[in-house]
Amino acid sequence: MNDAKEDGPQAPRAIVVGHGDFAGGLVSAVGQICGMADKLVVLSMMGMTPESIETSIRDHLSRTGARVIFTDLPAGSATLAARRIVKDEPGLILVSGVNLATLLDFVFNTSVPPTEAARAAAERGKASLIVVGR
Amino acid sequence: MGIHLYRIDDRLIHGQVVVGWGQPLNARFLVLVDDLVSSSDWEKELYRMAVPPEMEILFADVETAIRDHSRYASDPRPGILITGDIASMRRLVRGVKAIGSVNVGGVHHRAGRSPKLRYVFLTSDEERELRDIEAAGVEVTAQDVPSARAVPLSEVLEGESS
Repeated sequence: MNDAKEDGPQAPRAIVVGHGDFAGGLVSAVGQICGMADKLVVLSMMGMTPESIETSIRDHLSRTGARVIFTDLPAGSATLAARRIVKDEPGLILVSGVNLATLLDFVFNTSVPPTEAARAAAERGKASLIVVGR
Repeated sequence: MGIHLYRIDDRLIHGQVVVGWGQPLNARFLVLVDDLVSSSDWEKELYRMAVPPEMEILFADVETAIRDHSRYASDPRPGILITGDIASMRRLVRGVKAIGSVNVGGVHHRAGRSPKLRYVFLTSDEERELRDIEAAGVEVTAQDVPSARAVPLSEVLEGESS
């Protein structure tokens, strides 16, 4: 986790929120694969009210300067909280249904703004789902 | 069929409800009873987009839910009814008089509440409201997910840690 304010090359580019240890696990995997976990901020929502989830996400966005929020489940309370925030703050991007392929594509795509990288990463994440066997 | 689960959950619609309970109950409709949500088109759209396409979501304030409860109860599909707070469920129980059990699924920490379970924190007023619900002949248990033990209200109020 990195709480540095954005605007530098080492600054976090997104917040990752999910159920249980999902977010921490995903970001840990990003770190293990490419060593770029510091581009992502892990946020736990365990035991929190909807209001406190929203407040916590807003605080982390403000503190880090991140403009992208990744969440796990479209029906999750983190997603609902993030949608309220995105409504209030144009220029933020929410990607729900995040997977490892999405995050890997996102952290490597530093040639474009984080919000643009998030859109591209979402497409990569969708394409990464495959079914093998019959 | 009709309502299979009456749940108090301050997160309203979220993963535990839609997936955790919705899948094993095969829920095909969800009644979200909340005075504020039912009065806001934006809030309703927010929650509508959070449920899977096979699940219908209905919105009602408490008074409307009392009036329409017989329709929910006779629906041929299995359903879930949720309130975001204990007071709303108490009003519903008093108005309907046909609810057999209430599930406390999530009342999370905020100022003035004391810890009871990992996912249940209550003020003294909320404790009294839950006792009122039980006194009306309704079984009150706390259970966040189907695989967890249903904790009787008496144990919840003792502040069992889990």
